[in-house]
Amino acid sequence: MEINQNKSKDNLQQTIISSHRPTPPHALSSVGTFAMRSLLKTKHTPMALMDITAMPILFLIMFTYLFGGAIAGSVQDYLQFILPGILVQTVIQITMYTGLDLNKDLQKGFFDRQRTLPIWSPSSLVGSMTFDVLRYSIACLIMIGFAMILGFRPQGTLIGLVSAVGLLLIFSFSLSWIWTVLALIMESENALMATSMMIIFPLTFLSSAFVDPETMPRVLEVFVSVNPISMLVDSVRGLMHGYTVGTEIMWTLVSAGVLLAIFGPLTMYLYKSKN
Amino acid sequence: MDQTIDLAVRTKGLVKQFGSFTAVDSIDLAIEKGTVYGFLGPNGAGKTTTVRMLTTLLKIDEGEAHIFGYDVTKEPKKIRPRIALTGQHASIDEDLTGTENLVMICRLMGFKRKEAKQRAAELLEAFGLSDAASKQAKNYSGGMRRRLDIAASIVITPDLLFLDEPTTGLDPRSRNQVWEVVRALTKAGTTVLLTTQYLDEADQLADRIAVINKGAVIAEGTPSELKASVGSGMLHITLKNKTDIEQAEKVLETRFYALIRRSSRESEIIVNVSSSSEALKALNNLESEGIELVTFSLSQPSLDEVFLALTDDEE
Repeated sequence: MEINQNKSKDNLQQTIISSHRPTPPHALSSVGTFAMRSLLKTKHTPMALMDITAMPILFLIMFTYLFGGAIAGSVQDYLQFILPGILVQTVIQITMYTGLDLNKDLQKGFFDRQRTLPIWSPSSLVGSMTFDVLRYSIACLIMIGFAMILGFRPQGTLIGLVSAVGLLLIFSFSLSWIWTVLALIMESENALMATSMMIIFPLTFLSSAFVDPETMPRVLEVFVSVNPISMLVDSVRGLMHGYTVGTEIMWTLVSAGVLLAIFGPLTMYLYKSKN
Repeated sequence: MDQTIDLAVRTKGLVKQFGSFTAVDSIDLAIEKGTVYGFLGPNGAGKTTTVRMLTTLLKIDEGEAHIFGYDVTKEPKKIRPRIALTGQHASIDEDLTGTENLVMICRLMGFKRKEAKQRAAELLEAFGLSDAASKQAKNYSGGMRRRLDIAASIVITPDLLFLDEPTTGLDPRSRNQVWEVVRALTKAGTTVLLTTQYLDEADQLADRIAVINKGAVIAEGTPSELKASVGSGMLHITLKNKTDIEQAEKVLETRFYALIRRSSRESEIIVNVSSSSEALKALNNLESEGIELVTFSLSQPSLDEVFLALTDDEE
């Protein structure tokens, strides 16, 4: 027993003295490590995948069969119209979790360790957001696949379909910086959740996602037509069904750029000065 | 250049304010390389705030701090690779396993994938966590979590390690394991800044101690210096009848001008004396008043007593 203890003490001493001192990692490597961290977390709690698997399917079925007959006359016709809309709405809603995850992280001691490491400081944020983009793509894949089973038939090319998803991912990534700013300002998870919802619901519902804006009262129509989510929905719809939406795509990219330019640096500023 | 280079930590007039509350009020420190420095104080004394400023996590409001000669405010990037922090709340990711945690930290320190795995296994083995390596850290006991936390801090042997209350809430066995690690680190040349609420912990580990209260250092020195500054001896007296306690205190205070303190035990009083003859005089005084004693003993003051004496002087 005595010998064992001494042996383990020697082992401890040796392990501590280990003199290997690698150079700090490149930004790309540390971002990758943090993306990996998110992946491992998901592996340990597979239920966290519900939001990108079960939820989108549920939304799709609900909206298609609830409004289909009433709005478009037939479920099949409405599905062609609503799939791009519901896809955008679902993914935009999922972006909210980026903020919730960050908010949870901030409450924990691991956040302190991250910030004393010799790494590019946005690594953990960018890493988990990279993983989130992967989550969004899985949600898109599941939704489009399931919609096709229900009878969704995109009229455009495959390239159009892929570009539509790509555009949605770019916009979602830019939008998620709003949630990171909120996550850094809000004290509690509940407050963050409530605020995020208050932004997301009007933004997604008061858009061209579900119905044609021309059927709306004048004031609403104006709001809907300048809502960047409408631009995004129109672009995605156009790309999927093969009609020209150059202007809409341009405006979508411009608003994504503006979001990123404002909320990206703001997030980093708040992140660095967080106590 | 100047002396700063030989010091691991040097601060001058360090101040941190939260609104109108001054959490750290002009702290001066000089910590020599390779030593263990104890930061002793109750909850809310400003220990953690000081550590957070020194580890570049919190902005310094006034004053300056140098770590290995680098300015904490201006050159945090020079400092970060050389320091490590084990915070009050476990600074590990509780959703990940022991191995995953350490591999991740190794990778973030710049280890290659293979080296990272090897180093993680080595550390888990040395810290007695091999059996729990593939369990999520949230299922660890307090002691295991703390060990994993410290293992994560020494992936690369740091030149300066901050341990913020490393043994708070740990059972005696886990506490000893943490102490073992601290001793092994000092042998390896690491400077350790340790904050603690436990006086025996500071006494056991630290070369020098700063006693901190309400954001200010109220005493600084080696453990024996601190004890000496309070008086050379503590006379512990246990009375036969605890009802006599008020009379005994009165006698000692008015006739003998002694500095007395009540102990946590009801029938015990502690008298601060400068010599053994003074202790005898105190006992005689009680005797002549007819106060019966059960036991008495003269000893060096414990750090508990040092702390109480110092904080009492403040008020």
